[in-house]
Amino acid sequence: MKMLNQDDTKRITDKVLSLSKADECTVTIKGGRTGNIRYARNAVSTAGLVENTEIAISVAFGKKQGTASVNEFDDKSLEKAVRRAEDLARLAPENPEFMPTPAAVAFKSSSTFSAKTDAIDPEFRAQVAAYSIEACRKNKLVAAGFFTDESGFETIANSRGVFGHQQRTNVDFTCTVRTEDGRGSGWVRRDANDVSKFDARAASDVAIEKALRSVEAKALEPGRYTVILEPAATSDLMAYMFNSFDARSADEGRSFLAKQGGRNRLGDKLFDEQVNVWADPWHPDVPVLPWDAETMLAREKMDLIKNGKIAALNYSPFWAKKQGARAVGAPGNIVMAGGSKSTAELIASTKKGVLVTRTWYIRMVDPQSVLLTGLTRDGTFYIENGKIKHPIKNFRFNESPVTMLNNIDELGRPEILAGDESQFQLLIPAMRVRDFNFTSLSDAV
Amino acid sequence: MERRTFLKVGAAAGGTLLVPVFGNAIAAEELMNPMAVQFKKSLADAAMNAATKAGASYCDVRIGRYLNQFITTRDVNVENIVNTESSGVGVRVLANGAYGFVATNVMTPDAVADAARQAVAIARANARLQSEPVQLAPVKGVGEVAWATPFTKDWRTVPVKEKAEMLIAANKAGLAAGATFMTSMLFQVNQQKYFASTDGSYIDQDVHRLWSPFTATAVDKASGKFRTRDGLSSPAGMGYEFFDAQPRHKVRAAGGVTTLYHGAYDIVEDAKAAGRQAREKLTAKSVEPGKYDLVLSPEHLFLTIHESVGHATELDRVLGYEANYAGTSFATLDKWQSKKFKYGSDIVNFVADRTTPGSLGAVGYDDEGVPGKRWDIIKNGVLVNYQATRDQAHIIGEKESHGCSFADSWSSVQFQRMPNVSLAAGANKLTPDELVKDVKKGIYILGRGSYSIDQQRYNFQFGGQLFYEIKDGKITQQLGDVAYQANTQEFWNACTAMCDERDWRMGGSFFDGKGQPSQISAVSHGSSTTRFNGINVINTARKIA
Repeated sequence: MKMLNQDDTKRITDKVLSLSKADECTVTIKGGRTGNIRYARNAVSTAGLVENTEIAISVAFGKKQGTASVNEFDDKSLEKAVRRAEDLARLAPENPEFMPTPAAVAFKSSSTFSAKTDAIDPEFRAQVAAYSIEACRKNKLVAAGFFTDESGFETIANSRGVFGHQQRTNVDFTCTVRTEDGRGSGWVRRDANDVSKFDARAASDVAIEKALRSVEAKALEPGRYTVILEPAATSDLMAYMFNSFDARSADEGRSFLAKQGGRNRLGDKLFDEQVNVWADPWHPDVPVLPWDAETMLAREKMDLIKNGKIAALNYSPFWAKKQGARAVGAPGNIVMAGGSKSTAELIASTKKGVLVTRTWYIRMVDPQSVLLTGLTRDGTFYIENGKIKHPIKNFRFNESPVTMLNNIDELGRPEILAGDESQFQLLIPAMRVRDFNFTSLSDAV
Repeated sequence: MERRTFLKVGAAAGGTLLVPVFGNAIAAEELMNPMAVQFKKSLADAAMNAATKAGASYCDVRIGRYLNQFITTRDVNVENIVNTESSGVGVRVLANGAYGFVATNVMTPDAVADAARQAVAIARANARLQSEPVQLAPVKGVGEVAWATPFTKDWRTVPVKEKAEMLIAANKAGLAAGATFMTSMLFQVNQQKYFASTDGSYIDQDVHRLWSPFTATAVDKASGKFRTRDGLSSPAGMGYEFFDAQPRHKVRAAGGVTTLYHGAYDIVEDAKAAGRQAREKLTAKSVEPGKYDLVLSPEHLFLTIHESVGHATELDRVLGYEANYAGTSFATLDKWQSKKFKYGSDIVNFVADRTTPGSLGAVGYDDEGVPGKRWDIIKNGVLVNYQATRDQAHIIGEKESHGCSFADSWSSVQFQRMPNVSLAAGANKLTPDELVKDVKKGIYILGRGSYSIDQQRYNFQFGGQLFYEIKDGKITQQLGDVAYQANTQEFWNACTAMCDERDWRMGGSFFDGKGQPSQISAVSHGSSTTRFNGINVINTARKIA
């Protein structure tokens, strides 16, 4: 189906709201197209285009709610979905934690759409792949990569006058370059909502250089080391920690932000003073929608960590009311202040340490301390006297991001990233961190 | 890789919607009324004709209707219930020796024909980068056939009230037994999948799966400590009869430390045990790091199998197709070709299969129209085969595909996904209690905990739900802060004993993630209780500021 514009979705949401006989009705429509190209062994393996649009309708009679979602938009299907949601709501018991849907608010739009990204076609995608494949063939290397572009929209509306519609675009590129003998591997990631900020050739060159430098890795004893963590090495660790910024969990004593005796750690200094993190839906490098679709509340620019202190926790509307706090839309991005130094400059001022390109397969070991395990991958190097001395074998780590952010020596220049498993758009710096805990060696290249 | 979130399955709901619901969620008659087979056939023919006319040498069409229902509860409240329905068509073609794929949710002959033509255009754009054309192993067209998951009770006909009451009963049992908080969920999946290809197959399949995980959390506010114990259920490829557990479905764990389940599940009983055990974990002895003999229960070992054997023997990984995301594999072709690579000790035998009833991976046909089958992966400890799709079979000298091609949605392209990969039971009669008797310094581990493995499947670390100290052949007390680290080949070569067929049962992963764009897949792994000698155990207790 053609991409729905604001007039189209306004007509649909108005129709759905008028069809509903419930006390309250909320509607979310998400749709668009996603293109992608995937390559490996210096050839394209799959490429595709997906178009889809979905609508979710939630209604309430008093404190009784029902929900249905479909991906069909003819009049009959919309009516069917409304009736289905209403049937559910009539059968539902009252929800003791029910909160009324919010009243109308003027959403200040953010620049999440780029016409250039929207215009990407199969030829463009094939050319992105061609840059790294051709450069790798020339250097007797093997490329595997993935480029995906999205152009879509999100619409929210409710029976109390909320209406928001915004288009968004995004590109995501990752490339792994390996030596033919499998002894070296390098990687790069680039994300942007405007494809004109993306240079496929330059990005591929980063992965190629790392692959060539990473052969003949030596084993270093596991232990605690000063590390320079490139932004991609901390993105998932940070996301894990910010997933735990829920006020209710902290108040109930089941998160690292819980305090002995039943209080939370809002306002406590948990990190090094250099740590400043905030959310900002209008940030020019990592713009996100100005609302949180789950609650239909507006997002705000807000500090999460200020000079090392916990500055905000996420309150659901129910928990905010119970605790006398104010609920706002949950953050969609995470921005961390950094310095002006490049990673190369951080290396130059390091006497002894380990450079980590990325981390991999991170999982929670202990939520009490946010202890995470995972591994380094695709470019791990030993630094001595300001220079990369030689590649080293990959490590498994067992470390908490809370400890990591307490042991910061210096921060580098922030970079735009989407984490492997994170729902946040991230802008985070490279970090030099003391005493990072590597617990065993991995033979993986 | 096991994804930690539920990713695409829940995505269609447009966010988390708090909906406590009692009664039938979606009118059952609507759910039970699938698209007419003749309609699907006509759409598939429209796509295949358009693709062929545009120059495709091969075309397959997947028409899907995916129905999911998720219920989440917290303590005594039904917190969330989401019904999702998604339908659409995915068209894959081969043109000029390259693949192209387009998916659309517009289910008209014109729209799918247009999708087919776009797929051919994409294939042509990519063909210039191919170093060699795609080679498909032959598949004999099967004409018009159907297959369905065998079940006796359809989850779609069970009133939501009954399902919600079961979860609330479990939460109440956990709370009464010692938990401070309880959360539980019920995931129910129905995939109505139609596959057609220019090979002459028109295959209609109806796949059902469900899973009911929960977490019991015990909090000690005075010390600020909290501990959790997750449910020990295994997701299943069966109907709602899964919850009708009878005494024959209950298994006594070694030393009687808890009750385990085989073929059906009693969530209320398990939640009661979890509430008590979560509370006990608050005061469990912190483990002394070092080498231990590990006795691993099937509900735990399935995930270690999944990560260190299941993924490691996927041929696309071995060849490098996953190099950019999930990685490659240490189980390289030269090791397989040597016919003597000792993946494990002599007693280690792994079988891949798509046929075991009740398993998550059981289907009639894969998403390339290949019938489900069963084959050896590791025989007497030696790596003897991989898991392959149609375009990979020739690389390992096979004349036909293993039937390992799947997509998680009509909108996703099919690619290599693992079948059920299971460790065969021991040949000699042995019960879990008899196995423990012979262990001097060991740890008995039950349930899935944290898990992580490197991108070539060498170095891994696993946690668990329950850890019991074994001293001089006896289970003595619960331990805390346990995780073990090993290298895959060393670990499987340290396998010294396993219980017999009577103790063999399946665990499973509902949301196994792989590929770019990432897709999920459901798969089971069977084993009996198994012993590994001299494995490195670390202590995971940490203090933060």
